[in-house]
Amino acid sequence: MTAIEGHTPTLDPEEARRLRQERLERIGRWLLPLAIMILAIWLWDRVCVWNDIPKYILPRPGVVLQTLHDDAGLLFSSLLVTLRITFLSLALAVVGGVGLAVLFAQSKWVEMSFFPFAIVLQVTPIVAIFPLINIYVDNQTTKLLLCAWIVAFFPILSNTTLGLNSVDRNLRDLFKLNGATQWQQLRYLRLPAAMPYFLGGLKIAGGLSLIGAVVAEFVAGATGQSSGLASRIIEAGYRLNAPRLFAALILISLIGILIFLVLSLISHLILRRWHESALKQER
Amino acid sequence: MKLEKVAQAPMAASGDGPMLLALRDVGKVFSNGVTALSDVNLTIREGDFLSLLGPSGCGKSTALRLIAGLSTPTSGVLDWRGSGSFDRSDIGFVFQEPTLLPWADVFDNVWLPLRLKGLSRAKAAPSVMEMLARVHLTGFENAVPRELSGGMKMRVSIARAMVTRPRVLLMDEPFGALDEITRFKLNNDLLELWQGERFTVVFVTHSVFESVFLSNRVVVMAARPGRVFREFAVDAPYPRDEAFRTSPDYAALCRQASDVLVGAINSTAGSHHDGH
Repeated sequence: MTAIEGHTPTLDPEEARRLRQERLERIGRWLLPLAIMILAIWLWDRVCVWNDIPKYILPRPGVVLQTLHDDAGLLFSSLLVTLRITFLSLALAVVGGVGLAVLFAQSKWVEMSFFPFAIVLQVTPIVAIFPLINIYVDNQTTKLLLCAWIVAFFPILSNTTLGLNSVDRNLRDLFKLNGATQWQQLRYLRLPAAMPYFLGGLKIAGGLSLIGAVVAEFVAGATGQSSGLASRIIEAGYRLNAPRLFAALILISLIGILIFLVLSLISHLILRRWHESALKQER
Repeated sequence: MKLEKVAQAPMAASGDGPMLLALRDVGKVFSNGVTALSDVNLTIREGDFLSLLGPSGCGKSTALRLIAGLSTPTSGVLDWRGSGSFDRSDIGFVFQEPTLLPWADVFDNVWLPLRLKGLSRAKAAPSVMEMLARVHLTGFENAVPRELSGGMKMRVSIARAMVTRPRVLLMDEPFGALDEITRFKLNNDLLELWQGERFTVVFVTHSVFESVFLSNRVVVMAARPGRVFREFAVDAPYPRDEAFRTSPDYAALCRQASDVLVGAINSTAGSHHDGH
């Protein structure tokens, strides 16, 4: 904790080795996946060349990149559509999931009565529900949103409910002793205590909302009404336009990675001072 | 809030303050059929430092929870009549663990009871800062609990319990998990706090040494069913400090207390519910 930190001149062999190890790991954490990725892309390219694979079956990486550039206008407008559905449904999942969890936390009876419905909604495959939604809902955006929301809200609901219910018993007594109202207990104790659980659920829901959006587009896209990335993929598939298919696929992956990174960052920023999960291991 | 330096005449050991609370024939039976307390009679006087001493399972923590109002007795009454108007905000509670909000810093943790009463940060700040000074934590306002040692966490917990200036401080084996050096230091500091203001303390412990060092009255409890075994006064003047801790008087008092405790434990030894 004082000024002499890390830079002590004499290190015994064991400590020196550990320091070296740590430094290597820090570099390796970035370098290794990158190297493997580059190697894989190179192999992909080689396989195409060696086997003379036509580009409508498997395009070379360079061609995909070229398509990404050439079709940028089309692809990015589709990207925006998918992004919009994904984030809107994630936002709704947060509102719905947390809202329901808070409602459930008010009384065991409410939770007991309604939680099974949430489970039913969760375990029924969305692809099977979609035709119904297609019949009942006219608005295209609403349709997709509803679909993605059904997929994404459950982890938030279930995690937040768990968090709200796992408050330390003594702390609960402390609030009782100090005459805290229900609202105060929620605001100052249960919601902060549920935060790590909620953020865990959020990370899962982030990925799911993208999946939900893409699946919904797929199903809706079959009827030719959608313009998101998934419908570009279907379209490209019909036309044997493999390069564009790959380009769209890469964009979807990138959204997924982006969502994960952003949510991880948010989670880290909120929890870094107090929660075990965000603390650096000290030895 | 006044810090009156009471001319510290050696306190009459039995406590001479007016009655604050009387437990009359108090019993508690849990829904699983376990009798936690049976026929407990106990008088607590204003200004007492009273220890509940006993082996585990003797119901001392249950008694404390009854006094705090966190639980209700199955039989008997808690008579607060001696205390004039008395409500929950007159009680401060210190748990076995520090029980702090892990996401809140030291200031916010101590602020909590006042915050729950609707005091803003600015309004509460003087009380919070004064209390932190009294538990020797000035300068740590912005630390979060995980950055503090066990002893410091417990200090925060005590500051939080005291920030509302309660008339009664209930402590449930607060120093049981601390190392000896830290425990001694906290014992001294707690006594200092208590002597400054002479609030009433009910202190649950299983340590003979701690109970004798701190209190003017020790209530020894026995288990199965939990009951008061014997009560005795600790006839030693305050202030008590490190010199007292090493004095022959203290040793003799500890010996006596220990004998009573052994008696209490033996009184249950014949019970066939031992494995409970």
